[in-house]
Amino acid sequence: MILNMGPQHPSTHGVLRLILELDGETIVKATPDIGYLHTGIEKTMESKTYAQVIPLTDRMDYVAPLSNNLAYLLAVEKLLDIQAPPKAQFVRVILTELTRLASHLVWVGSHAHDIGAMTVLLYAFREREKLMDIFELVSGQRMMTSYFRIGGLAQDVPEEFESKVWEVVNTFPDRINEYEKLLTKNRIWINRTMGVGKIFAQDAIDLGISGPILRGCGVKWDIRKSNPYSGYDKFEFDIPTGKNGDVYDRYLVRLEEMRQSLRIVRQALDGIPEGDFVVRIPEVVLPPKEQVVSNIESLIFHFKLVVEGFCPPVGEVYHSIESPKGELGYYIVSDGANKPYRVKVRPPCFANLSALPKMVEGRLIADVIAVIGSIDIVLGEIDR
Amino acid sequence: MLSMITKLKERFPDSILEIVEFRNELTCVVKNEDIVRICIFLRDNPEFSFNFLSDLCGVDYPGRKPRFDVVYNLYSLSKNKRVRLKVKVDEGASVPSVTSIWSTANWQEREVFDMLGISFDGHPDLRRILMPEDWEGHPLRKDFPLTKEEVTFSHNKNRPPKTS
Repeated sequence: MILNMGPQHPSTHGVLRLILELDGETIVKATPDIGYLHTGIEKTMESKTYAQVIPLTDRMDYVAPLSNNLAYLLAVEKLLDIQAPPKAQFVRVILTELTRLASHLVWVGSHAHDIGAMTVLLYAFREREKLMDIFELVSGQRMMTSYFRIGGLAQDVPEEFESKVWEVVNTFPDRINEYEKLLTKNRIWINRTMGVGKIFAQDAIDLGISGPILRGCGVKWDIRKSNPYSGYDKFEFDIPTGKNGDVYDRYLVRLEEMRQSLRIVRQALDGIPEGDFVVRIPEVVLPPKEQVVSNIESLIFHFKLVVEGFCPPVGEVYHSIESPKGELGYYIVSDGANKPYRVKVRPPCFANLSALPKMVEGRLIADVIAVIGSIDIVLGEIDR
Repeated sequence: MLSMITKLKERFPDSILEIVEFRNELTCVVKNEDIVRICIFLRDNPEFSFNFLSDLCGVDYPGRKPRFDVVYNLYSLSKNKRVRLKVKVDEGASVPSVTSIWSTANWQEREVFDMLGISFDGHPDLRRILMPEDWEGHPLRKDFPLTKEEVTFSHNKNRPPKTS
């Protein structure tokens, strides 16, 4: 029998369509069909200036917008050969780690909900709300933040930022213990996840899988450690790994990642350096507003940046970061004009999803739900 | 980095057309027909072991001959190194598929085919992936318009909208 699952199915996390060939309840062949959310973001980027591209990056992985901002900006900064000042780097680290928490909360909530544990979803969204408050505090937006800018941040963090983040950081470990109490030794949870969706490290690398799924197979690869960006080398943290590469191990890896993220945030909060929040290069970064109205030179730079943008040198760069889902890379080709000639996003979920058939074929149809949840897909990022 | 270039050049003296270094990133432009040979070497040779294909994409340069670039961003998990390979291919011509070397290339090559219309020889299932199956044209080509339909104003409201 051929069963059509999706695109409107609550546990496909968006608009994923799966064509399942079944023998009884066993899956013989699974074919993912994607593209329902394709909005031509890469095409649109080619007609925007470098600064105008930033809001588009939010809209790909909308569960973790700040990670997307950061990956794009680091690629542009590499192209321009500039670096954000230390303060901006620390704030970027704090906020991307909080984004990782927010993304993992959506994952643990919806994944548990798919398998039948309703309470976790409510708990996870309760905590996520606190994180959303912090994003709103710094940027004025809950989801489409666009808070990071080329060369630093859009504006300085408000005074109460640190105390608000401390509040979350101090209460969060207890919350993670709550999820663990609900799930880790829960017999239904173990039966539904242990040994399900198994994949070996060798196959996972071959299929381009990255992030928590690859670490669940026992591969200790985290871009924050292997190629530290934005000052991650200053912080101490561990890379959690699993052994079996099944849904349960991915769950354990992600929960431990949340604890490690908190560890990074604590260290970063303790050492936020003094200084400017953006690197002052007038050709690239907007001058302070007070100067625009009082200084003719600043006014000219402001006008030129808003109207034309800036022209980076001819060349091409690829920069990737460890997003909550895996390796998120941006490949930018510049022809020396004020708009990128070509931007290619390497979304982690695209490669991770392509491994779905390998994980579910030969297993029961109910396992598909558990496996999709464990991959933690965001279709906005896959289809772009 | 430099030793890598020399070794690669020694091994494939005729296949490597150009080597560019920009912002500490290495790009090797290689001959279209030798891409599979070079990729197998880069993956299996223990000095390189580029076992992870991060990204595969295409770039369109209308007016240039050959028109397209196909770009491979490789990563080595054990050596923690990156390298970028590039082949040039003209409209209508095709590139040998690397699906047999990295399975992840399957979807990525389908995306390049869908977006730019470059075909890959030896791909097991080359069909559109993001666009609908009956879609005409390839959206990421530079000559594909950003907005497809003519906007209706008072001067053209009685004319049926032109597509592209």
